[in-house]
Amino acid sequence: MSERLIVPQKQRFTRRSLLIGLGAGALAAPLAGCDSGSPQALGILERAEALTHAAQRTFLGENAPLAREFPPGEISAYFKPNGTTDPEDAAYVALKKNNFADWKLEVGGLVEKPMKLSLADLHALPSRSQITRHDCVEGWSCIGQWKGARLSALLAQAGLKREARYIAFFCADTLEQTTDNTGKYYETIGLTDALHPQTILAYEMNYAPLKVEHGAPLRLRVERQLGYKQAKYIMRIEAIDDFAKISRGRGGFWEDRGYEWYAGI
Amino acid sequence: MTSISSALPARAAPSGRVIVRHSALVRVCHWVNAIAFVVLLMSGMQIFNADPQLTWGQTTNFDRPFFSLSAREDDNGDPTAGVTTIFGHQFNTTGVLGASAGDDGTLEEHGFPNWATLPHYQDLAMGRRWHFFFAWILVINGLVYFLNLIFRRHIRELWPSLKDLKDIPHAIVQHVRLRFPTGDEALHYNVLQKLAYLSVVIAFPILVLAGLTMSPGVDAAFPWLLTLFHGRQTARAVHFLLATYLVLFIIVHLVMVVLSGPINNLRSMITGRYRIKETER
Repeated sequence: MSERLIVPQKQRFTRRSLLIGLGAGALAAPLAGCDSGSPQALGILERAEALTHAAQRTFLGENAPLAREFPPGEISAYFKPNGTTDPEDAAYVALKKNNFADWKLEVGGLVEKPMKLSLADLHALPSRSQITRHDCVEGWSCIGQWKGARLSALLAQAGLKREARYIAFFCADTLEQTTDNTGKYYETIGLTDALHPQTILAYEMNYAPLKVEHGAPLRLRVERQLGYKQAKYIMRIEAIDDFAKISRGRGGFWEDRGYEWYAGI
Repeated sequence: MTSISSALPARAAPSGRVIVRHSALVRVCHWVNAIAFVVLLMSGMQIFNADPQLTWGQTTNFDRPFFSLSAREDDNGDPTAGVTTIFGHQFNTTGVLGASAGDDGTLEEHGFPNWATLPHYQDLAMGRRWHFFFAWILVINGLVYFLNLIFRRHIRELWPSLKDLKDIPHAIVQHVRLRFPTGDEALHYNVLQKLAYLSVVIAFPILVLAGLTMSPGVDAAFPWLLTLFHGRQTARAVHFLLATYLVLFIIVHLVMVVLSGPINNLRSMITGRYRIKETER
C-alpha cells in the first residue's frame, strides 16, 4: 500500500491542496449566498432539480411504470384537504350554486380541435379508477380512490399540435391575493406525465362525486408527483409550447413561489 | 495488509512513530461528507418543520403521531408553549422545540428553532433546494467512499474480529477511564471505534434509501422500496431517526476527538499524519 506512505512534502501538498480546493470550491459556491436567498445561490441549487429530473426520467420515461395502487381497505379515513378548500371567486361560487350544471371545461391552445366539455361529456370519455397515495410537499400522505377521464383520451380527441410540449391547467381559485392576478392557481405538466395511463381528470373521489374541498367539479391526478401538481377546480386546459409567459413564468402557482417544477421528489 | 496504516520509522520523533492514518481519498470524503451532512441536517429540520410529526405506515395518522413538535396557543392563536410529544407523553420544550423565539424575539410556532434550520426563516421551498443539492453531493461522495471501502479493502479496517468482540467489556472500561490504546495497538481501530464507524457506514445508505422512498417518482420506479420500509411515512420516520442517530454519533465522535488528542486527531484527518503514543514500560 505504497499510497499510504508519507510522500515527499511538496508533492503531497500539491495533490492534497488540489483535491481539497476542488471539493471546498464546489461546496462553498452555494454557501456564499447562504440563506439570504440570493438569486445566484438559488441558481446553483436549482441545478440539482435538473439532475433529479433527468435521473427520474431515466427510470420513469419509456416503460411508464405505474405509481403503486392500494386495496380499498387502505383508503384513509381522513383525507386532508389542502390549499384552497372553498374558492371565493365569484365565477366559481355561481357555478357551485348550480351544482356545476353550467360548468364547462375549456380545452384549447395548441390543439387541432378546441372543445368545451360538460361533466357528462367527461363521464363519456374512457375512464380509469385508481387507489393511490397523495404525498404533500409538506411531508404527510393520504390514500384515496380517484376516478376520472384519462387525460390521454381527451388530448387524443382534441388532437395535440406538433409544437405542444406541456399541458397547462387553469383553476378557478385564487390562493393568494395579488394586484397582478398571479395568485390564481395553475399548473403545468410535461407530455410524458400528461399521457401516462394514471393521469386522469378526476370527478370522483372515494366512490362519490368529488367534494368542493378536494377540487369539485374536476381535479388533476398526476400520480408520481407531489400534491401541489394535483390542480383542483380546473376550468381550462391548454396545450402549450412554453410556460415562461404564464403568470410568473415558472410553470405553476407554487413553482412561482420557489418550489420545483418537477415534483417527483 | 490489514493495518489501517503503514508504520514508518520515526523521523527524529522522540514521542513516537508517525504513520499515515487516513488515505487522501478517505480524508477528502470525510470532509465533504461532514459539510454535506451539516447542510442536510439543517435543511432537513427546515423540511421537517413543514409537518413536524412522525407516524408509521403508508399514510399519516394525524390523530396519533408517535412523535410531534407542536405549540400550545392562547385564545388569540398566539403560541404560549412548545410541546414535544413522544408516544403520548408530553414534554414542555418551550424555547427550543415546538415554539421558539422568532426574529423579533416573540414566541413563534416552529418545530425546530430558527437557529437550527436552513434557511433560518421558515421556507420549505428553499429548504428542499438545499437538501436535494447536497443530497446529490452526499450520495456521489458516498459512492466514491464505498468503492474504496470494497475494492481497496478499507472495510477490513472497520470489520471487528471475534477477538475484537470478546474485548468489548475491556475496551469500554478503558474508554471510561480515558485510557486509549498506545503503541502497536494504536495502529488499528479498537473494537469500539470499529463498531461505531461501521454503524455509520451502514446507517448512511439506509438513510439515503429511506429518503428516496419519500419520493413519489422513485416509488413508482422502485416499488420494492415501499415494501422494504413498510410505507412512505415509515420511511420518513426511519430517515429522521437515523439522522438523529448520526447526530448522537457525531457528538460522541467530537468528544472522543477532543479527549484523545485533538491536534493529532485533526491532523490525521487533514494531512493524514498521526503520531502513535508509544506504550510506557
